[in-house]
Amino acid sequence: MSETDAPLLAVEGLTTHYVSARGTRVTRAVEDVSFTLGDGETLGIVGESGSGKTTLALSLLRLLPPAARTIAGAIRFEGENLLTKSEAELRHIRGKRMAMILQDPMASLNPLFTIGDQVGEPLRVHEGVSRRGAWERARELLGAVRISAPDARVRNYPHELSGGMRQRIVGAIAISCGPRLLIADEPTTSLDVTIQAQYLSLLRELQRAQGLALIFITHNLGIVARMCDKVAVMYGGRIVESGPVRRIFGAPAHPYTRALIESIPKLGDSNGRLTAIDGQPPDPAALPGGCAFHPRCPARLERCAVDRPHDTAVGDEHRTACWLHG
Amino acid sequence: MNASRAAVLAFPGRLASFRREGWPMVPITILAVLALLAIFADVIAPHDPQVGLLGERFRPPAWQQGGSTAHLLGTDHVGRDVLSRLIFGARVSMVVGFTAVIFAGVVGTVLGILAGYLGGWVDQVIMRVTDAWLALPALTFAIFLAAIVGPSEMNIVIILGLVYWTRYARVVRGEVLSLKERDYVRLAIVAGCSKRTIMRRHILPNVVNSAIVLATLMLGVVIVTEAALSFLGVGVPPPKPAWGLMLADGKKGLMAGYWWLTVLPGVCIMLMVLSANLIGDWLRVKLDPQLRQL
Amino acid sequence: MKRFVIRRVGYALLSLVVLSATFFVFVRLTGDPSVLLVEPGASKADIDAIRADLGLDKPLLVQYAVFVKGLLRADFGRSFYYRTPVLELYLERLPNSLLLAVVAMAFSLAIGIPSGILAAVRVNGWWDRAGKIFALLGLSMPSFWVGLLLILFFSVYLGWLPSSGSGTPWHVLMPAFALGWYFAAAHMRLTRSSMLEVLGSEYIKLARLKGLPEALVIGKHAFKNALIPVLTLAGINLVLMINVAVVVETVFAWPGVGRLLFEGIAFRDFPVVQTTVILGGVMIIVVNLAVDLMYAVIDPRIRYER
Repeated sequence: MSETDAPLLAVEGLTTHYVSARGTRVTRAVEDVSFTLGDGETLGIVGESGSGKTTLALSLLRLLPPAARTIAGAIRFEGENLLTKSEAELRHIRGKRMAMILQDPMASLNPLFTIGDQVGEPLRVHEGVSRRGAWERARELLGAVRISAPDARVRNYPHELSGGMRQRIVGAIAISCGPRLLIADEPTTSLDVTIQAQYLSLLRELQRAQGLALIFITHNLGIVARMCDKVAVMYGGRIVESGPVRRIFGAPAHPYTRALIESIPKLGDSNGRLTAIDGQPPDPAALPGGCAFHPRCPARLERCAVDRPHDTAVGDEHRTACWLHG
Repeated sequence: MNASRAAVLAFPGRLASFRREGWPMVPITILAVLALLAIFADVIAPHDPQVGLLGERFRPPAWQQGGSTAHLLGTDHVGRDVLSRLIFGARVSMVVGFTAVIFAGVVGTVLGILAGYLGGWVDQVIMRVTDAWLALPALTFAIFLAAIVGPSEMNIVIILGLVYWTRYARVVRGEVLSLKERDYVRLAIVAGCSKRTIMRRHILPNVVNSAIVLATLMLGVVIVTEAALSFLGVGVPPPKPAWGLMLADGKKGLMAGYWWLTVLPGVCIMLMVLSANLIGDWLRVKLDPQLRQL
Repeated sequence: MKRFVIRRVGYALLSLVVLSATFFVFVRLTGDPSVLLVEPGASKADIDAIRADLGLDKPLLVQYAVFVKGLLRADFGRSFYYRTPVLELYLERLPNSLLLAVVAMAFSLAIGIPSGILAAVRVNGWWDRAGKIFALLGLSMPSFWVGLLLILFFSVYLGWLPSSGSGTPWHVLMPAFALGWYFAAAHMRLTRSSMLEVLGSEYIKLARLKGLPEALVIGKHAFKNALIPVLTLAGINLVLMINVAVVVETVFAWPGVGRLLFEGIAFRDFPVVQTTVILGGVMIIVVNLAVDLMYAVIDPRIRYER
C-alpha cells in the first residue's frame, strides 16, 4: 500500500454554492476550504450559524440539497477523490466507511419503523446481513451506545423514546458498519446539558474503541476544547483560522477566533464581564467584500475592506487568513 | 420567506416583480375574449339565441357534411343556432360567476374580519356556522337552496354566495388573527382608535390581497357549480342560453352522435374555468406567498 | 385524550345543530313552508292539515323542536312521488352509491398516487409539468361533462360500453371514471406535496446517509409516511363522492342517492330533496369526526397537542 502515509481525508479548495431557482442569486456557502484529517484524529469545525459548516459536511458526503453544487476542489478520502465518483460508488461509502450524525435527533428517525429495523438497516444493505442477523446486531449496537434493556428497545418506535435515547440510537446507526470517519453535526444542541455531557463522553469512547476519525461541527468552543485535537474556525464560508487546539486557545491569531474565545463564560470569573461580538453574522448570500469579518472586526485595517487576506502560516500547523499576520 | 414577504409589503417591490414575472397572457386573453363576447353578444351573435326553426334542427357545424355557413357551429334540438347560444352563454356565466364571487367575497370577508378581530362569542358563532356549512358538499347544499327558492339567475347568485362565503371567512379570519399581533395595529389600539376604524383602516386593506386571490380561484368553482345546477334544471331557467343548460339539452342528441351539442359548451366551460384557475394560481404566487398551500 | 374526544364530539354535535337550524331557517325564509311540503295539486284542506302538523302558528323555537324531534326519530316524511318513507328509499339506493364511490375511489387513487409520487421525485421535471397540467384539467373539466364525453366516445362511436343504467360490471366503469376524475387530480396534488414534505425531512436525509439505494429510500422510508395524509383525505372523499355524485348519476342514470336527489328536484318532491341533503351532511360530519378520532388513536403525538 502506497497510501499509508496519506491522510484519511484531505480536502482541497472545496467550493460549494447555492444557486436560486432562476439562477440569479448565488450563495457562496463554502469557499475554497482545505484541511486534512488523519486516522483517529478529531477535528472541530466552529462557526456561527450560516457560516457554512453544515454545507461543508454535506459536501463531504456528496448529499447536498438540489439547489447546491460543489463546483471546485477535491475530497480525497482513503486516497480516492469522492468528487469523481458515481452515485452508486458513493452509496457504498456512505453509511459504511463515512457516517454522519444529524442535528435533530427528534426528526432523524423515521416515525413508522421500529428502532431495530432502522439500526440494522445499514448492515442489511452494505453487508447483506439477514433480517434476523441485523436484528441481533442492532441489539448489540444499542448496548454499545449504553441503552438499557436493548432487547425491549429494538421493538420500540421512535416516539416512545426520549431525545437523549434517540440521539444515541442515531449514533448506533452511524457506527453500525464500522466507518473510518464520523461527521457529527451539532449532535448535542437539542439535548439537555447533563445529557449533552453524557453523549459527548460516549462519542469519545466510541471513537477510541473503533479508531474513528471524527469531524465535530459545533458553535460551542467549550465542546471543542474538550473533544478535539484540531480546530478549524469558519466565517462566511471560509476557514479563517486552523490549527491544533492548544495553539488556537493559547494564541489565537484571528480577531474572530479571539472574540469567540472571549465570549466563552468562565467558571469563577464573576466580575469579568462577557464580551459579545458586535454586529450580526453576515448574510451568506451577500458577503462583505475584502475580509468578510471586517465590518465587525475590532482590529480592522484599511485594506481589510478591499483585499481578501491570504491563508498564511503563523506557526507549526497553525494557519490564518488575516492581514494582521500577512 | 422573509424576502418574499418584504417584497409583498413594499409597493415598488411588488410592481417590479409584476414586471419581471411576465403576465400569464394566454388565460388573460381567453377571459378577455369571453368578456368581450359577453358584453357585445347582441352585436356579435348571428342569430337570436332563444328562437329556432324546427326545420333546421340538429344541423352539424359548417365544415361537416350537411352543415351550412348560416349556422357555423350547427343547431340544437329545436333548431337554435349553437354559436349564438354559446356567445350569449358567456354573458350568463360571466354575470353569474363574477357577481356570485363578489357577493360571497364581501360577505365572507366582513364576517371573517369580525370573527377574527372581535373574537369571543362572535368568533365562536361565525366559525361554528362556517364549519357546519363547509361540511356540506357545496353542490348538494346549492341544490337544496335552489329547490326552495326556485330557478332564476338572481337566485343562483344568492345561492352561490350563501354556499361559498365560508371559504373566504376562514382564510380571512386566519389572516386577521396574525394581523392583530402586528405593531401598527397595537399602536392604533393604544392611540385610541375605535374598533370600527381599526378594522376598516388597518385590517381590511391587509386582507384584500388574499380575498382577491381567493376570489379568482373561486371563480372557476362557482362557474362549474352554476353549470351543474343549470344542467340539473335548478339553475338558470330554460329558454336562456346557459352553457350548463346547453349540455343538458345536448343529451337529447348524444346517442345520435350529435357531438357538437356536447363538446362545444363543455369546451367553453373548461376554457373559462381553466383561465380563472391559471390566473388565480399566478396571483397567489405573486400577491400572497402565504396562500401557496391553499 | 379524553378531553380531546369530548371536545371533538362536542364540535360534531354543534355542527349538526347548526346544520339542522340552517335547514329549518331556510325552509321558513321562503314565507310559507307548507307550499314546499305539500304535494302539487293538493286541496286547501290538505294544506291546512300540513300547516297544523308543522305548527306554523306556534313560536319558531317550538317549531324547531318539533323539526329536530322528527329528525332524531329518523322520521323524514314520505315521498310524494313514490309514496313510501323517504328513509326507505334512501337506504335502498345507498348500496349503489357506495359501489360507484368505491370504484371511483379506486380509479382516483390508482391514477393519483403513482403520478403524484413521480411528480415529487422528479420535481420540475417533465413528469411534474405533465402532472400539473393534468391537475389543472381535472379541476377545470366538470365531472358531468367528462361523463358525457365518455358516453360519446365509448358508447356512441365505439359501442363498447353501455351508456346508462346499472347491473353489469361494465355499467359502473364510465360513471366511476367521470366521478373519480376530479378526485384523481386532488389526490395527485396531495400525494405530490406530502411526498415533497417527507423527502425534505431529516429521516430521509438519514436514510440517504446510510447509503440506501434510492429505490429503498423512496419505496420504504418516504412512501409510507407520505401516504398517511392521502389515505385520510381519501376516507373523507369517499363520503364526499357519494354526495357529489348527483350530476354524474344523472348523466348515466345510475340508481344511487344522487339520482334520488335529482328525481326529488324533477318531481318537486321536497321531502326527498331535504332528506338526501341532510343525511349527506350528517354522513360527512360523522366521517370527519371519525377521522379526527382515528388520528388521535394512531398518532400519539396529536393527543398532547390540543
